[in-house]
Amino acid sequence: MSVKSMISHSLMVAWKDLMELFRNRMMLIMLVLMPLLMMTMAGFMFPSSTSISQVSVALVNQDEGSESATLIAAFETMNSSTGMMTITSASSLDEVRSMIQAGEVEGGIIIASNFTSSLITGKQGVITIVTDQSNPQMSMLLQIALKEVLEQMGTWLAQQNVQGLNQTVNPSNSLAIVKPYSIQTEGAVLGDFSYFDFIAPGLMAMTVMMSVMTGLPAAISHEREVGTLDGMMVAPINRLAIILGKTLAQTARGMLQGTLILALAVALFGVTIHGSILLIFALLLLGVFSFVGLGVVITSFAKDQETAMMVMMALMFPMMLLSGVFFPIEQMPWFMQYISKFLPLTYAATALRKVMVFGVGVPMITTELAVLIGFGVVMTTIAVPVFKRAMTR
Amino acid sequence: MILDVEKQASFRKHVEKRFCKKEKSQCLARAHNPHRKDYIRLVDVFPLHIPQLSVDSLNSGVMIETKNLTKEFNGLVAVDHVCFHVKRGEVFGLLGPNGAGKTTAIRMLSTLTRPTEGTATVGGYDIVKDDNEVRKLVGLVSEKIIMYDRLTAKENLWFFGRLYDVPEDVLSKRIDELLGLVHLSDWKDSQVGTFSSGMRQRMNVIRALLNMPEVLLLDEPTLGLDPQSSVEVREFVKKVNRENKTTIILTTHMMIEADMLCDRIGIIDYGRIVALDTSKNLKKLVSGADATILELEISNLSPDMISLMQTLKCVSSVCHDNSRHIKVHASGDEAFDTIIDAVRAEKGKINSVKNLEPTLEDVFLHITGREVRDKADQKMPLREHRHFMPRRRVR
Repeated sequence: MSVKSMISHSLMVAWKDLMELFRNRMMLIMLVLMPLLMMTMAGFMFPSSTSISQVSVALVNQDEGSESATLIAAFETMNSSTGMMTITSASSLDEVRSMIQAGEVEGGIIIASNFTSSLITGKQGVITIVTDQSNPQMSMLLQIALKEVLEQMGTWLAQQNVQGLNQTVNPSNSLAIVKPYSIQTEGAVLGDFSYFDFIAPGLMAMTVMMSVMTGLPAAISHEREVGTLDGMMVAPINRLAIILGKTLAQTARGMLQGTLILALAVALFGVTIHGSILLIFALLLLGVFSFVGLGVVITSFAKDQETAMMVMMALMFPMMLLSGVFFPIEQMPWFMQYISKFLPLTYAATALRKVMVFGVGVPMITTELAVLIGFGVVMTTIAVPVFKRAMTR
Repeated sequence: MILDVEKQASFRKHVEKRFCKKEKSQCLARAHNPHRKDYIRLVDVFPLHIPQLSVDSLNSGVMIETKNLTKEFNGLVAVDHVCFHVKRGEVFGLLGPNGAGKTTAIRMLSTLTRPTEGTATVGGYDIVKDDNEVRKLVGLVSEKIIMYDRLTAKENLWFFGRLYDVPEDVLSKRIDELLGLVHLSDWKDSQVGTFSSGMRQRMNVIRALLNMPEVLLLDEPTLGLDPQSSVEVREFVKKVNRENKTTIILTTHMMIEADMLCDRIGIIDYGRIVALDTSKNLKKLVSGADATILELEISNLSPDMISLMQTLKCVSSVCHDNSRHIKVHASGDEAFDTIIDAVRAEKGKINSVKNLEPTLEDVFLHITGREVRDKADQKMPLREHRHFMPRRRVR
């Protein structure tokens, strides 16, 4: 059978699949809604330090001296300008604990009873921060935020004290004496960088590749169940034309969603693309190629739609979580990092991120390209004979 | 097996000479001359689309031949060493209860399933080795409707037609013709999902005709249709066979359908062909020369009457499906009188007597020892138990 007729047959199959898709209004709505939901959810779900606001915190002042009153006054002035916390007063550590357990507050600040006297006698005043360990993410953020605030106030106090000791020192020098290092952070990329910038490339890679991996088995097993697959199987066409056509249709669907994510990311979430758009799409297509084989293998083994869905779910979730789409791979334990090295999505997401965020060209992503091509070639060589056998039982 | 190059070339020349002068629409008409030696039917105007039957098939006139065709699913033998042949232009029926292996046989002939043992040829081509050649010759009307609900009638037919590489201009004309034939022209732009089951089944049948197949395989074409739609589909199948000389294999569990449509009938039971002949000859198996089948309506029918009748020498079997009607199979010249006398003697009031022609139902009963309908809920036995089943082989 000539290649030409195979291509024309597969185009026919793709046309048919896309016609079916576009006639299905519910599917179309979901097609648009899915990326939007994913993007919004993934983007807002993970809190950043700026996102803390109106966290209720209990304040216990066991000290009756003037120093603690000054501290609290300064603290309240600062808080009223940032709106970070709502402060409730409490009487003891135990009360703070029970308030946390009751869910009334997220954390607490306790000023020790000897705070003023310690400071006056030249010792350190002790401030305890109470956190809710059952909510590690919140507890960590609160801890960092409170520490920073209190430290700043401590520095200010120290600065005052240094100036009191020696009048000749000017205020900026006194700061240098108290806090000799000034630490500043600078990102590799200019401009604002939010979690969306991190997540958009991975999400795009995932949507496109998953749509092929899940769409292909779902579509074929559905047709097998309904009986329409027989209609194509009795036609004198190459069996591969069926799979090729279906892949084309699913790729078109995936690319549409990918483009949608990109557009949403740029328009709504302020993501800036630094690399070439053409390279981005080429990478997405390469990702599709690397996943087709896997999709075909699942298709061959799953006889009905339900099984296909189960198999896909089992593969999809680890892949989603382990390939660094939502969480950086570097923060995972070693064995998970090891697994993620075997997932093609990892490489697609990394390459896409490099291109979108750093604006690099092909030479900088050769490893990823090589892995994706290699994975695709290997899977396809496995998939073709497996599929041919499965289709003629 | 394929026509040698020289023959093909000369035939092509012949076709071109004959058809290229004429209008394309006229060329659609097929060349019918079965008496010619080089008789090959045209599928299309274009020589490329000449169905290439193998020389063997052309010479012998045998369109389909199965040799020990067997399909086994995990120890369950669905089709068991089936042998039959179908001549070109014949309508062949596979008659049997649900689960007898009819569908599996059809699926093997249409290359959808591979036999585990034995072979079959369609148009002289092996269904395994030359599966793609077989596919070009075959049209399949499957038990399930092969149509996409979200596509319109026309789009569906266009899709499948293009899979057979029917040229676009020919195809669009053919789709219109076929839709007209089954009275669906008004619905051509409606989505198939909105059709009634009768309309869907008609679509299902014409879908199989898009490539002008030499062989049409119909798997339960009237399943689940109302009587009117059934008749319509049957008439259409007949028409296709008559006008296009298409060879047809049809499976059914309906005796009437097989009786109406088929030239020859193979009765299939537990995957085996237990009888194969024309409808007329099959009926002779039951009746013989002097057999009588009587249907009696007795208003005061009692079990005593039935048991009395069973004891009569001339009676071979008595069936009764409700309280009033009984069906008596009997033989001998005196049978009629003897039975009537027996009923009278028991003071039975005979409302009506019908002297019946044996139906295929009777044939099935006669051959397998069971009625067709009581089979559906019986499980198919595994191979080991096969020989315990009551069976009489008739050839």
